[in-house]
Amino acid sequence: MKIVVLVKEVPDTYGQRVLDEQTGLADRAASGAVLDEIDERALEVALSYADEHDGTEIVALSMGPASSEPSIRKALAMGADSAVLVADEALRGADLVTTAEVLAAAVRRIGFDLVVAGDRSTDGASGAVPAAIAEFLQVPSATSLSTVGIDEGRVAGTRATASARLTVEAATPCVISITEALPDPRFPSLKSAIAARRKPLMTLSVSDLGVAIEDETRAHSIVLGVARRPERVAGLKLVDEGDAAGRLVDFLADSKLL
Amino acid sequence: MNPILVLIDLSPTGTVLDSAAGLLGVAAQIGTPVAVVVGRSEHIGPAAERSAELGASRVLVAETDSHALVEPMVSALAAAIKAERPDAVLISNTIDGRDVAGRLAARAKAAVAVDATGLMRDDEGVVVCHSVFGGTYTVQSAASFGPVVATVREGALDMRTGAQSLRVERIDGLGGELPAATITSVEAIRTTSDRPELRSAAKVVAGGRGLGSAANFALVERLADVLGAAVGASRAAVDAGYVPQDRQVGQTGVQVSPDLYVALGISGAVQHLAGMQTAKTIVAINKDADAPIFDIADFGIVGDVFDVVPKVVEAIEARDS
Repeated sequence: MKIVVLVKEVPDTYGQRVLDEQTGLADRAASGAVLDEIDERALEVALSYADEHDGTEIVALSMGPASSEPSIRKALAMGADSAVLVADEALRGADLVTTAEVLAAAVRRIGFDLVVAGDRSTDGASGAVPAAIAEFLQVPSATSLSTVGIDEGRVAGTRATASARLTVEAATPCVISITEALPDPRFPSLKSAIAARRKPLMTLSVSDLGVAIEDETRAHSIVLGVARRPERVAGLKLVDEGDAAGRLVDFLADSKLL
Repeated sequence: MNPILVLIDLSPTGTVLDSAAGLLGVAAQIGTPVAVVVGRSEHIGPAAERSAELGASRVLVAETDSHALVEPMVSALAAAIKAERPDAVLISNTIDGRDVAGRLAARAKAAVAVDATGLMRDDEGVVVCHSVFGGTYTVQSAASFGPVVATVREGALDMRTGAQSLRVERIDGLGGELPAATITSVEAIRTTSDRPELRSAAKVVAGGRGLGSAANFALVERLADVLGAAVGASRAAVDAGYVPQDRQVGQTGVQVSPDLYVALGISGAVQHLAGMQTAKTIVAINKDADAPIFDIADFGIVGDVFDVVPKVVEAIEARDS
């Protein structure tokens, strides 16, 4: 089975993230960058299947700036066999449909039985890209799975919506996305990190993929304006000397919050 | 006024979910609300009636007994876009809704906007408002042309519109569905709690690692119950196993904007602040005077939650009785 895992470098959520107020794009230089943790979990789903099934090939696929290569190499260190990075200045600020179209073209080029993605990235967080990729590939999608069972020819899992818990299944080839409920990713060993340096990492451009991102029959989402919310300021802070509870209740009452 | 299509959310038993009222309410402000109901034949009639009560000028219905995941909704909306030429298609920002939006935008070659927190109209058309990076920024977007397919954050819309008389039209010619995942079983999630739903609650009480154990988390629940609040948690509390993951407030969990957010034993990692910093009023209780949560709290108490919270509960109960 050939599994393509979608991975992405994102700003570290444990740091403050910054949006460029002119372009509305994430300022990647302003905070540390890491491989998105949910993508590591997606990769773990593929790796644990490969542990049990000889002949499984795992390709990590990313779209992002060329500078994200070190983060993509982490996927190789964790155990992916190869990686493909679609890096092209023309994709800067690409909206989610364009992103999906480009990634779908790359998936098609790589060849696949299964595409595994995180349910939503920690930066864009649209959560709509996996389904849109499936649409471009004209294959089924089963998203936000909190358990996954992969068999030859078929993937099944559970999917919790606000009102119901579903079990779903899809014939391969298909696209799935997984939630944080899936097991923690493995840590790359030193040996695998060294081996990863010799694994193939291919960089592709939009023209390599033959995607017409300037297609004028397709509408795009355009940013009209960006505003930074005023910083919150600290209000009253008191050290409890036995009376803090009472003062809090008075505050809530005065604020009509009781 | 041009039509605004609203995909009506149904429960597994065919009940129209609460999200419909807000979506139809905002649709009425930016155009003519037209509901789209996709479901089993026995569910369609009552759902159409309910949609009209909530303000749909017309209800487009598509009958399906398909077990295909989201695909019937995508093909119904794609057909409705062709027939109605709407200015916008509004969908709840749920896991199903995001799938529908992603596929629909790709299929209809339409612009898509995910997780809208508001919609309005200017001279050029429909404008979508977003809250980005946990509310640190607000961004406005629009489609370059044609309709915008927008998923709308649950609980973000509080406008409502008046009931309309029922006018039902069928969407025909769905057919030709793509290969889709199939639903093999459905188990309705029973709501075991009388507490409000976290995403849309007006008040939230959340606990962090400072609670120390799952048993101690009952303290968070007690305060939530006297305030009529939903219960949330920091990622640290979830990772420590005090509460299930669906309680997690933060960048990778639920993002909330309640009138009141009470943080108990939560230090205030940026990751957590991204999920709650748009709350109108923030109260924090933490024994660490340097905890970053105090930098954004309107009312902060440096103290022991196990000391302070029971007194707060008692005082509120005393007021109420």
